[in-house]
Amino acid sequence: MKFRLYRFHPESGEKPFMQDVELDIDPAGKMLLDALLAIKAQDETLSLRRSCREGVCGSDAVNVNGKNRLACITPLSELKQPIEVRPLPGLPVIRDLIVDMEPFYKQYRSVKPWLINDEPEPEVERLQDPADRALLDGAYECILCGCCTTSCPSFWWNPDTFVGPAGLLQAYRFIADSRDEATAERLDNLEDPYRLYRCRGIMNCVDACPKGLNPTEAIGRIKSLLVKRRV
Amino acid sequence: MNRRRFDALIIGGGGAGLRAALQLARSDFTVAVVSKVFPTRSHTVSAQGGITAALANVDDDRWEWHMYDTVKGGDWLGDQDAIEFMCREAASAVYELEHMGLPFSRLDNGKIYQRPFGGQSKNFGGEQATRTCAAADRTGHALLHTLYQQNIKNRTQFFDEYFALDLLRDAEGYCLGVTAMNIETGEPIVIEARTTLLATGGAGRVFWNSSNAMINTGDGLGMVLRAGLPLQDMEFWQFHPTGIAGVGCLITEGVRGEGGYLLNKHGERFMERYAPHARDLAGRDVVARAIAIEIAEGRGCGAAPNQSGGDYVHLKLDHLGEKLIAEKLPGIRELSIRFAGVDPVHAPIPVAPTAHYMMGGIPTNLHGQVVAPARFGPEEAVPGLYAVGECACVSVHGANRLGGNSLLDLIVFGRAAGLHMQEYLRDNPYPRPLPESAAEHGLARLARWEQPGSERVAAISDDLRRMMQAHAGVFRTDAVLRKGLVQLDQLEQRLQHAGLQDCSRVFNTARIEALELENLLGVARATLVSAIHRTESRGAHTRDDFPQRDDAHWLKHTLYSRAADQVDTKPVRLKPLTVESIKPKERVY
Repeated sequence: MKFRLYRFHPESGEKPFMQDVELDIDPAGKMLLDALLAIKAQDETLSLRRSCREGVCGSDAVNVNGKNRLACITPLSELKQPIEVRPLPGLPVIRDLIVDMEPFYKQYRSVKPWLINDEPEPEVERLQDPADRALLDGAYECILCGCCTTSCPSFWWNPDTFVGPAGLLQAYRFIADSRDEATAERLDNLEDPYRLYRCRGIMNCVDACPKGLNPTEAIGRIKSLLVKRRV
Repeated sequence: MNRRRFDALIIGGGGAGLRAALQLARSDFTVAVVSKVFPTRSHTVSAQGGITAALANVDDDRWEWHMYDTVKGGDWLGDQDAIEFMCREAASAVYELEHMGLPFSRLDNGKIYQRPFGGQSKNFGGEQATRTCAAADRTGHALLHTLYQQNIKNRTQFFDEYFALDLLRDAEGYCLGVTAMNIETGEPIVIEARTTLLATGGAGRVFWNSSNAMINTGDGLGMVLRAGLPLQDMEFWQFHPTGIAGVGCLITEGVRGEGGYLLNKHGERFMERYAPHARDLAGRDVVARAIAIEIAEGRGCGAAPNQSGGDYVHLKLDHLGEKLIAEKLPGIRELSIRFAGVDPVHAPIPVAPTAHYMMGGIPTNLHGQVVAPARFGPEEAVPGLYAVGECACVSVHGANRLGGNSLLDLIVFGRAAGLHMQEYLRDNPYPRPLPESAAEHGLARLARWEQPGSERVAAISDDLRRMMQAHAGVFRTDAVLRKGLVQLDQLEQRLQHAGLQDCSRVFNTARIEALELENLLGVARATLVSAIHRTESRGAHTRDDFPQRDDAHWLKHTLYSRAADQVDTKPVRLKPLTVESIKPKERVY
């Protein structure tokens, strides 16, 4: 199979370039990660992150034929050749397919992604109605792979000031949690022309999310809570 | 060289490390976490089915029953004081996670959802219990993210993508921190700490067919062996019955807990023959052996025309209905469609045993302190050094871990270690001087990979995994194990002649894989030597040449040490903390 891989090695002094690679591999039942690791076994200078190889750790997000995906759950047979693999867009490249995720993590941390509830804790669990718990479905499963945020043009333009779809989905996960008491504070934190309202509803995030989550919908719910709060 | 100093240092950012770090972050002591991956990429994230605690939310339950099941599940090799401690603490540990925000699934009355899991009984071996608390089938993900969130809230210092090289110790054996490498820059760093906790997880990548993440390479075990400390019970590896055939990805035991069951090529529920009472919810070792026998005797599914039987069995759950699967097992549906090409709503999943969990590890006491034979006895604490989680052997899982007890182990002993480390810090208020030579070992590990060589790391790693799969798998004999050991000698020889093609500094993952291979080789040797030594069958360690459990000779732990390359033993602690001892008897399900 034919691949075109983005290569960049900061110590070499060379500019980034696209490397054509041919690999003898039967695509049946194989994922893109299998192919990248087979290429790495031949040329160990190729660098990428990987861990769980089953789509839950979020390490191996890359841009494949123009779309952000997890290499480990992208079937080779689905991909048009030459398969072009690049690092996630919009973040500084450290080397080859490895980007500096810190701007992404920083926005994640900025939404205070932890449960806030200052009531004294009961001796047992806090109760939560199954219907309330169901509101978290589609919001808590995020694996922080960065596919959505780095596919978002608003984030490309304003990585310092726009929270981005992943961070906003996390913010919504706690707003939606019936156990969380900081909704007002969380909405204050987001009521800003940049932090929230840079989202223009482009919906690249929905298309990119490898877990089938819908950050745009969560962002819409945050916006409507803000509207409701005003009237 | 870069240097940093903290009161407490945690190596590993999975569930155990983060739970301990949280305990310390809430105290007045400074704490740092070194992790070779961003913490939420740690393997805890893959845990599916749940965390076991006798909350009695669905059905009658008591922690004493949980304790009995854990002792029996571990085939009486677990230390009963540690097991009592874990089962007693389980409920409060789970409630604490709920208070932190873990999004558990809920029952109609709003309490935490619980499902039945293998090896669980009411009333000391009676009817099936319902004890495993779950967040759908993503409990590990929910747990790990919750703990990470709490740590950033409490401002734990993180060294993300730093690889720990070796322990720093002084002449009296105190652990004073680690040498590590910043993966992004390739620069070494000395991180001093008055107390250090190893929470580096498992080493399942030592097998070819494994449910484990690629990062599970036994890095903490390698560090401990190089420090001249022993590893305990390394012959005990759990093969999970239901990995996706040919891939190894896990299909949670929760599938069988929710009512799924196994079928051979004749469509027979074969577990009825092996475990008439518990059937598909017998201990994992029992079910894994049963599948292996069905396959070996030609009753596997998916045979080629010229074969009598194929190399997997079917896990049927289509009768559970799409609604239940969507609510309670959405993650495994996704995995099955992606990796097996099968939608379990309509067709059975092809499954086979896959290497899953290391029951053995770094010997510790109840507080997570690493213990080793020393001048004053067989279990003297190594000052300043702790270990928790899969890398540790406390030992609560004995010869076979029960499903749902792993996440519990992480948080109960993570918390216990975090508390005891504070006690240690108060008792040892002043940093001990770091000997000038202390960092040499760790830096030598880096320097070694500057040497050129013709052998390739990837090739040796592949051969190691194949060897372990063939020689230390579900069924073992003396001859097979010894042949494996001969091959291991050869692999170690080849490692001497290995070199990197890529000697760059920045994010050199080839160098990380070389350092990981060194750790895996140590794990493999400990496993083979310990497995040869134990001439009985107990729990997950099945010797065809010694098919019976032998309590007269083997109701004891093995301790492998690298210097002598041999195995010592120490007794199993049969005396619990407060309750009656659970006397060894035949283990039937």
